[in-house]
Amino acid sequence: MIIRGDEPEQVRLLRRLYPPGNYFMQGNEAVAYGALFAGCRFYAGYPITPSSEIAETMARELPKLHGYYLQMEDEIGSIAAMVGASWTGFKVMTATAGPGFSLMQENLGYAIMTETPLVLVDVQRSGPSTGQATKGAQGDFFQARWGTHGDHPVVALSPVSVEDAFWEAVRAFNIAEKLRTPVVVLFDGVLAHTREQIKIPDVSEVEITYRKLPTTEEEAKLPFGDPHGDGVPPMPLFGHGYFTHVTGSTHKENGLRDVYTPEVHDRLVRRIHRKIEKNREVYESYEEHFTDDAEILVVSWGVSARPALGAVLRARKEGIKAGLFVPKTVHPFPARRMKELSGKVRAVLVPEMNLGQVILEVQRYVNDDVILKGVNKIGGVPLTVDEILREIRGVA
Amino acid sequence: MAVKIYSRYDKVRYLRKEALPTALCPGCGGGTVLNAFANALDELKLDPRDLVVVSGIGCSAWIASPYFLADTLHTTHGRAIAFATGVKVGLPDKKVVVISGDGDLASIGGNHLLHAARRNIDITVILVNNFIYGMTGGQVAPTTPFGAITTTSPYRNIEHPLQISETVAATGASYVARWTTAHIYQLIASIKKALTVKGFSLVEVISQCPVQYGRRNRMKEPAQMLRWFLKNSVPVSKAKDMSPEELEGKFIIGEIMDRQRPEFTTELNKLIDEVQEHFGLKGEGDV
Repeated sequence: MIIRGDEPEQVRLLRRLYPPGNYFMQGNEAVAYGALFAGCRFYAGYPITPSSEIAETMARELPKLHGYYLQMEDEIGSIAAMVGASWTGFKVMTATAGPGFSLMQENLGYAIMTETPLVLVDVQRSGPSTGQATKGAQGDFFQARWGTHGDHPVVALSPVSVEDAFWEAVRAFNIAEKLRTPVVVLFDGVLAHTREQIKIPDVSEVEITYRKLPTTEEEAKLPFGDPHGDGVPPMPLFGHGYFTHVTGSTHKENGLRDVYTPEVHDRLVRRIHRKIEKNREVYESYEEHFTDDAEILVVSWGVSARPALGAVLRARKEGIKAGLFVPKTVHPFPARRMKELSGKVRAVLVPEMNLGQVILEVQRYVNDDVILKGVNKIGGVPLTVDEILREIRGVA
Repeated sequence: MAVKIYSRYDKVRYLRKEALPTALCPGCGGGTVLNAFANALDELKLDPRDLVVVSGIGCSAWIASPYFLADTLHTTHGRAIAFATGVKVGLPDKKVVVISGDGDLASIGGNHLLHAARRNIDITVILVNNFIYGMTGGQVAPTTPFGAITTTSPYRNIEHPLQISETVAATGASYVARWTTAHIYQLIASIKKALTVKGFSLVEVISQCPVQYGRRNRMKEPAQMLRWFLKNSVPVSKAKDMSPEELEGKFIIGEIMDRQRPEFTTELNKLIDEVQEHFGLKGEGDV
């Protein structure tokens, strides 16, 4: 039985189990509850710090909602099981951290190539390698983008608070379902273990979407076609007698492998790219603070956007015209807005918990006459308001 | 020509005609396995709409997909059983079958094989063991016999092969059998049994790769390899009285394991029911 999340029975259970109101919880728990509200009823994972509370919450709550929790033998098996379950109609999720995310890259590519909706939460931790296992970081920006081999598009979101984590988890599922694609949530070890107040909404306030299913026999025969012209083919799920063929090899619209015809590969991979590029309204999201008259623009993401906002507020009090731009969807980057904003400012600062990753993306949209500077911190301790303010003053 | 051959093959209704002829080399044991599986389906009168076939990477993975007319999931190297685990949890009432090779399932994917057997999830695995990485050009595998010549053990193989069936049986599978492509009727019977057993089942098929294995080991002709299988096959009943030295280079054939153990998806659904009951969550419709 497929569970979409919006059936009367599920609505009844969600209201009963999680009545609307204020809750006090960790970022990791908020991600899990967001997933449950979005209709996720299958989770496969492998324990890893600092993501484990997501698995623990799912293991505890999913059975109450008729959902399935599987602890797999490793991260590779986790994402594999998710893909299998997604083809049976489940909304699926896993959570991991840097080392596990590295292990999942091959099958993340498989999910992109086979257009399998899934949500992969990477609770970023300090690396490389085992690094500071319990400490947060923002070092996986490019791993999310280019971690798997070959030409491919990726959608990645990055929440900025505990409450935001709930809603970004919901949004991740909706994007995955609408575009039939994997979505990465770049969370981090700091927010994952931060406890804050969050408002759990009534289920009616949460948008729940479900993937397009074939409406005719003809559509079902083309699991990788483009019958609606939006680049997103309906998904002929397993178990309905469609005889769907799914392969990570280059395939024709009917799913059968053809690795010898250049045009087949070109058509498939370009459509998968077009599907993401042309549906920007489905996923593009950013926040702006004081950008109207800003002369100094701070661009920050995830956990670093919080002290960045604090620094901008303090700078404003000092009479410095600073503004803040926070991409919430970090891949694809909100390029057009970034370009518009950078055209109006003297300096752009990019605070992040790494040695300079998002700044390389920002650089593509900033003219040479604008000062561009990173505010970088590693070691597992988040940036502070003072550290960012000091840099703002430095270019003021 | 090919179309003509397949038009005379009465099990062709289980296959995707548009994907034929197969890409398997002449003399490959893969065709025998394909035929055995099709016959097992036919004898069980299994509706292909109730079947999901999952495979990994390599020659033997091609037996399953794209050739079988069912929902087919052709996955990444080594991971077929993990993908199949997700499929089975989503579709507990369907038959989920993995067909793939020794390198795929027992080397790179060995961990998933062991843990699926441990969970005793109701998946049937048909593991085609041809002792070699065929598709990539005949490299040594963890199943290659001691002393054999391959493209990456050009002098001789100094490692001893993994006994797949015995390992999987020890890990917790409900049903394990090993046959060779020279034991076609026994093979069909075991596949049928594996498909009906509730729990994890493995049918290991010792299969010939005359192109990549045989010709480098003085068995250029497929028939030579089949004769080698027959000459060295020892039934389970006889093998239990033989020493490890006597069994070196032999193929133990027959049913290695046949037992009842709790099955994973059944237990998982039972657990969900218990949780619903415990927290008093059952709706009026459920009672």
